Amino acid sequence: MSNEKQSIAAIAPLTLAWGILVAATGIGWWFGHTAQIAQDGARLSIAGVIVTAFFKVWLIGFQFMELKRAPRWLRHGYDAWVIVVCVTLVCICLR
Amino acid sequence: MEAPATNNQIPGELGIWLFVAGDLIVFSVFFILIALGQKENADIFVQSRGKLDLWVGVLNTLLLLTASWFVAIAVERCRTGLGATASRYFSLGILCGVGFVANKSLEWGSKITQGINPATNEFFMYFFVFTGIHLLHVLVGIGVLCLLRSVSRSPGLNERRIRTLESGATFWHLVDLLWVVLFALLYLL
Repeated sequence: MSNEKQSIAAIAPLTLAWGILVAATGIGWWFGHTAQIAQDGARLSIAGVIVTAFFKVWLIGFQFMELKRAPRWLRHGYDAWVIVVCVTLVCICLR
Repeated sequence: MEAPATNNQIPGELGIWLFVAGDLIVFSVFFILIALGQKENADIFVQSRGKLDLWVGVLNTLLLLTASWFVAIAVERCRTGLGATASRYFSLGILCGVGFVANKSLEWGSKITQGINPATNEFFMYFFVFTGIHLLHVLVGIGVLCLLRSVSRSPGLNERRIRTLESGATFWHLVDLLWVVLFALLYLL
């Protein structure tokens, strides 16, 4: 495979990740909007804002920071940080 | 999106990952402080958040996500021996970073003109201090990207230089992910 073809193949997952991140920004905005206007569904929407943000954080690490290729200790260490901080924030906000 | 086979080599240098770990811990404390403030002073936070321009935050988020995409492409092109064209992508990343700084400066300027400053209340204290610390990261990140652009232009990108590029790019992506959480907590909740 030529260098150009190899590069295009390697860039495709990065472009897909960028598209997902932009879409997730829209979903996060929608959760935020419903959290600000709704009374009864606000708790779910607040959780939605935080979980969507941390999904984006995880995807940035996995694709852009190349944790997908990293040793397990580093990849799982990052995963653990994402889960612990996300759960902590959701618990504080919904407590 | 499948996970490629892992290896024993970390992306970039170990030092940058130690820095990333330290920064993530420090910012975790900031995130928790904002969430606790939101819980304890919900009315003040809701009213103050209403004075922020959501679209400024959305635009800044899109600028940083796009900058990260360009930087990741640039590193990939350097790795596949296409360093000559990679500097173009670093330049686009720098442009997005400068756009973020300009947008943030306008936002701060507008707030200060309206008489809103860190002493206004707890929400705006967190807003100015934490986005200010983040803005410092962005400014350092822009400097790092300028350095990476010149490294990518040098002939004969050996493994050592690729690791330098990966380390610098990792710092830039850290700047991006920290903003993603700040944006959610300060603008969206």
